[in-house]
Amino acid sequence: MTFFADILAATFRNATPLVYGTVGETYTERAGVLNLGIEGTMYAGAFFGFATAYHTGDPWLGLLGAIIVGLIAGALMALLTVTLGANQHVSGLGLTIVLIGLSEFANRLMFSGGSLARITPMPLWDPLGSLGEPGTLGGQVATVAHQYGLTYLAFLVVVPVAWWVLMKTPLGLSIRAVGENPEAADVAGINVFRIRYIALMIGGAFMAVGGAFITLAMLGTFTLDIIAGRGWVVIALVIFGRWSIFRGVLGALIFAAVYSLGLRLRITPGFEAIPNEIMLALPYVIVILALALSGRNVPYPGAYLKPYRRS
Amino acid sequence: VTLEMRRMAENRLGRAGIIALGAVVTILAVTGGAFVVAGANPLDAYYAYFVAPLTREFTLLEVLNKATPILFTGTAVAIAFRAGYWNIGVEGQLLMGAVAAAGIGQLVDGWPSPLVLPLMVAAGALAGAAWALVPALLRVRLGIDEVVTTLLLNPVALLIVQALLHGPWKDPETGFPESPRIAEAAEFPPLSEFIPLIGRSRLHLGFVVAVVLILIAWWVLSRTGTGLRVRAVGLSPRGARFAGIKVERTLLRVALVSGAIAGIAGVSEVAGIQFRLTEGVSPGFGYTGIVVAMLGGLTMPGVLVAGLLLGDLSVGASSAVRSLQIPSQLGDVVQGTLLLVVVGAVAIYRWRTSREDERPPDEGEPQPDEPAGQPPSETSPT
Repeated sequence: MTFFADILAATFRNATPLVYGTVGETYTERAGVLNLGIEGTMYAGAFFGFATAYHTGDPWLGLLGAIIVGLIAGALMALLTVTLGANQHVSGLGLTIVLIGLSEFANRLMFSGGSLARITPMPLWDPLGSLGEPGTLGGQVATVAHQYGLTYLAFLVVVPVAWWVLMKTPLGLSIRAVGENPEAADVAGINVFRIRYIALMIGGAFMAVGGAFITLAMLGTFTLDIIAGRGWVVIALVIFGRWSIFRGVLGALIFAAVYSLGLRLRITPGFEAIPNEIMLALPYVIVILALALSGRNVPYPGAYLKPYRRS
Repeated sequence: VTLEMRRMAENRLGRAGIIALGAVVTILAVTGGAFVVAGANPLDAYYAYFVAPLTREFTLLEVLNKATPILFTGTAVAIAFRAGYWNIGVEGQLLMGAVAAAGIGQLVDGWPSPLVLPLMVAAGALAGAAWALVPALLRVRLGIDEVVTTLLLNPVALLIVQALLHGPWKDPETGFPESPRIAEAAEFPPLSEFIPLIGRSRLHLGFVVAVVLILIAWWVLSRTGTGLRVRAVGLSPRGARFAGIKVERTLLRVALVSGAIAGIAGVSEVAGIQFRLTEGVSPGFGYTGIVVAMLGGLTMPGVLVAGLLLGDLSVGASSAVRSLQIPSQLGDVVQGTLLLVVVGAVAIYRWRTSREDERPPDEGEPQPDEPAGQPPSETSPT
């Protein structure tokens, strides 16, 4: 019975883009900025990461390209919402429109839009080696451990380090301070504008890596509508996680488990009658339900949505 | 005092001019760069995008045609945003309206058109409002942020459309994911049938409906007590509550009206353009509606102008694919750039102006002055 091992393995894989996104969005929102540009940032990370990898032949350079795009996207969001103090909802949505438009425009110029350019995707890792025949317990553990390097990086390095930086270092304290009470942070000598720029740029880089994971590792190619609302899911996960990275990651795992179960049931005898689309819609419905059950009276960051201006 | 006020007014005018100039320069620099990358002369490209569509009757009518869906969605978004209700689910609400129109359109073969058309519009409005109901209830009852819930319901709505088109509504003859063609009585007639001056074009009844809706919305928002309450809630929910306005009820109604208008947009596309439900019935009209609403300053005359401008841009962008070999996707980039630059420019102007008046800096946009997670207990009458 490899059913559960398969689903568990797929859960970690499908959760990976969401985990990067959740870490990124948690950073920006903890600094007081709702970044609805996440959908576009993930999209641009996916495309420009892929394009860089395609032209250099190296998926790791592609990842670097995605990080740079994410930093730029974060800085642009900061220019709008931090320096100019523009409305965060509209700035984020506008950024998403621009970034998706730019990616598809560049896709059209570089790959004529329709051509199926492919790269050699990042390899899967087997850190535990072979633990036995498929079907045995060892084989099932090996199935679950059979993951991309970026997945290991996400769960074993990025999540704990991002948590540690946010909760235990002076930089993290500054980020939380400017998101909670920028006036007090300013009085305490923290440069509110600089910290918000930093948080938005770090956040943008993580979002872009989440998108690039899909093209550089999972698919090895770029297709239109590749993010398909994952960015919006992350926005929900951050609220569900009450701005805690670990709780947000837990939410990402739950979402990915439902998603992976749905994909698996499609090819499971006895479930063919259920339309595929219902399986695909289920995770979104579950997220909304989870918000309805747990999203009451959540403690939004104190300066959420509020631009800061020195008077 | 009069002199002082006049100088201040002139100051503001001058500043608005400078900021507007800066905005135009920024837009030209960004989009001009993109045109150069695409291998086109920017001046030719601007002409093709914005002027050329207005020079011939056929393309001019097509501009109105392309403006039709985004006039609906822009109105839907603007009404909701004016009340501080962030309905970002117009895309999904539109799709539900389209589903309703395609469903009814298949059933009414042989019915009289004057009965069918109002029925379809009503059904589409109801479907759109129904899709908007759950996020609205979650917001006003439980304080759940409507941004997230409305956004997440958009992919769900698209999946419902796809499930219908790959399942029960799949075209039995071709096997394409398209619903059967709607009955003739259910088609919005082209305007050239009524107005002899209009040449042959796809422009249909939906455009008239959209303009009438905008007029009604303008009148309600600016001339009635209901409109005053909506605007008051958008400016300051707390203040509105002190003034005795039932904030939750206002938000709920605004959300439903917004969803209903979005639903009618779906009806208009199915009944006037596609004549069937397709997966591509909306290439993001709901999101473009946000651009239209913001460019229009959340006012109804503004929505009308912005909708026509983006209709112009849409026709220009698709004809420039042939004439100048510019990928059509650049139209979206121009659109998004317009939005970002205008939003940024407005923010600068409001900040400078409010600083001059020595008022405490306000937030620039109508925003709820309470976090979305506000417990409803405080709001209910005790």
